Amino acid sequence: MLIRTDNITKTYLTGTVEVPALAGVTLEIDKGEYAALMGPSGSGKSTLMHVLGCLDTPTSGRYWFNDRDISTLDDIELAHLRNREIGFVFQSFNLLPRLSAQANVQLPMLYAGMPVRERQARAAELLEMVGLKDRMTHNPNELSGGEMQRVAIARAFANRPSVVLADEPTGNLDSKTGVEIMRIFGSLAEQGNTIILVTHDQSVAGHARRIIHLADGKIVS
Amino acid sequence: MRLVELLRLSLETFRTHRMRSFLTALGIIIGVMTVIAIVSLIQGMNYEVEKQISSLGSNTIFIQKFAFGMGRLDWDEINKRPNFTMDDALAISQLPTIDKVAPSRSRTLNKITWRSNKVTNVDMSGSTPALAEVGNYTVETGRFINSDDSLRRHQVCVIGGYIVDNLFPYETPLGKRLVLDGKSYLVVGVLARKGSFLGQSQDNVVVVPITSFEKDFAPGRGFGELMYSIAVAAMPKKGVPIEKAIDDVRELMRRRHKLGYDKPDDFGISTQDTIRDIYRNITRVAYIVMIAVAAISLLVGGIGIMNIMLVAVAERTREIGLRKALGATNQDVLWQFLLEAVMLSLVGGAIGVALGLGIAKVVELAAHLKAAAPLWTILVGVGFSAGVGIFFGIYPASRAARLNPIQALRYE
Repeated sequence: MLIRTDNITKTYLTGTVEVPALAGVTLEIDKGEYAALMGPSGSGKSTLMHVLGCLDTPTSGRYWFNDRDISTLDDIELAHLRNREIGFVFQSFNLLPRLSAQANVQLPMLYAGMPVRERQARAAELLEMVGLKDRMTHNPNELSGGEMQRVAIARAFANRPSVVLADEPTGNLDSKTGVEIMRIFGSLAEQGNTIILVTHDQSVAGHARRIIHLADGKIVS
Repeated sequence: MRLVELLRLSLETFRTHRMRSFLTALGIIIGVMTVIAIVSLIQGMNYEVEKQISSLGSNTIFIQKFAFGMGRLDWDEINKRPNFTMDDALAISQLPTIDKVAPSRSRTLNKITWRSNKVTNVDMSGSTPALAEVGNYTVETGRFINSDDSLRRHQVCVIGGYIVDNLFPYETPLGKRLVLDGKSYLVVGVLARKGSFLGQSQDNVVVVPITSFEKDFAPGRGFGELMYSIAVAAMPKKGVPIEKAIDDVRELMRRRHKLGYDKPDDFGISTQDTIRDIYRNITRVAYIVMIAVAAISLLVGGIGIMNIMLVAVAERTREIGLRKALGATNQDVLWQFLLEAVMLSLVGGAIGVALGLGIAKVVELAAHLKAAAPLWTILVGVGFSAGVGIFFGIYPASRAARLNPIQALRYE
């Protein structure tokens, strides 16, 4: 089992009011699954993604990633886990504007301490995989939205992570480009990669093989 | 993450924010530049002055109406002091601890001409043959003044190389007659060159017998009159400690001036060390001022760096969040921003060193002063700027490192 959570809760404190974002989520995701976390805004799907991505810690409940209890890990171990085991794709791409596509893709490998030549070769390979071989030296402001998201996908897969978490990956794209992006995710899932989509869009979630519906911080189906 | 990558990252920022980085580093640049320029000039001056002081002869005692020194002198009181006389000089020379004595009078000649050539502001001294040894003069051609000249008040003079260059560029000065303040003097010798000091030639001098000087040249007024009083340079005998010789001279002069035991000296005794002390006092003040200026500008520069780093951290909050999501540890982020601050101040320090050396070079060429920046000033300059970078960079960097990745990613 790659991901296993037991009754996870997350409560935010806004001023003096406690806002429950997750109200007991128990979830299992296997290696190789292509799943979608779906729900309206405020359903807690983004919070759940942050917890699953080890960017945030749950208020209560346990979370095992690859059979390791996340609550026992310190900051540095969590950073290493995010670096090696988890890839992120964001709605707003989050590319560094001053770096070329290739340099952006290299970032996770940089933090993994990979030698320059290996990094460059791997970045080229990844960009070719998402169909941007001829755009490697371009900066983000010279790329279209779809191209930027493809760079972000290449970056997410840089260190061959166990899971890629994609938060509304088509949210900032027109529907035609969105379909292209979903096709890339589809083929990557086909190759055995574990992918978790987070979306409120039924047509996007429809690409996944399993849909997990969230409402009010709980799994409803 | 490796250091090389972090360095590349911080240099990247300078490329994108050239103007901002330069302005931020300006405080450091000015601070380090000031230190380097001033230190190398003071060092250069030290070298010149030391050379000059050494040329006085380490054993020479100077006895005049007032001692060399710092601080305010009471000129009214000094003017009331008795003048030194040739008898005083003679008495000093007869002390058992004293070897040679050269009494001298001096004044400045506005102008000496030879045909269409002229020199101005010439130092003229009247002295005795002993001046050659006591005053460290060597004769290049001809001869120095001798005892016969002194005895018979010969109108002869020995001139410095500067005067030779300007008055007699194509002929020998020996045997020529120069008009000194209306009196005709025969040139009998040329002095070996002493070079220049602080841009002023040391060879713009004329030496005549003191007896002739007294006959032909009336004292000036005010300060001129004061300087007209005989100044005595004395050399102790070999093996006699200079302190002992000074004590003897002092005792002798107090007796000759009939001073009671409770009265202060009405004359002054100086040595090479007195002059060196005066000079050291002056440079110490210069160093203190320099340290103050440097400290203030490094402080201001450091605050500037802290300010701009806080701006950079705020501006790049999303970047920090992203880097953490991609696997950067808190240390990675800390190092990234700390190194950026250090590089900023280090580059500023390096530019400051270069500019400081440049300024010193310009002053060197303009003032004929040998400037020298010792290696330690460069190391201290660069070291201090790096220290400033670390000190003022650590707070912004640790703020960046502590950012919560989710909040940072959501930051607009």
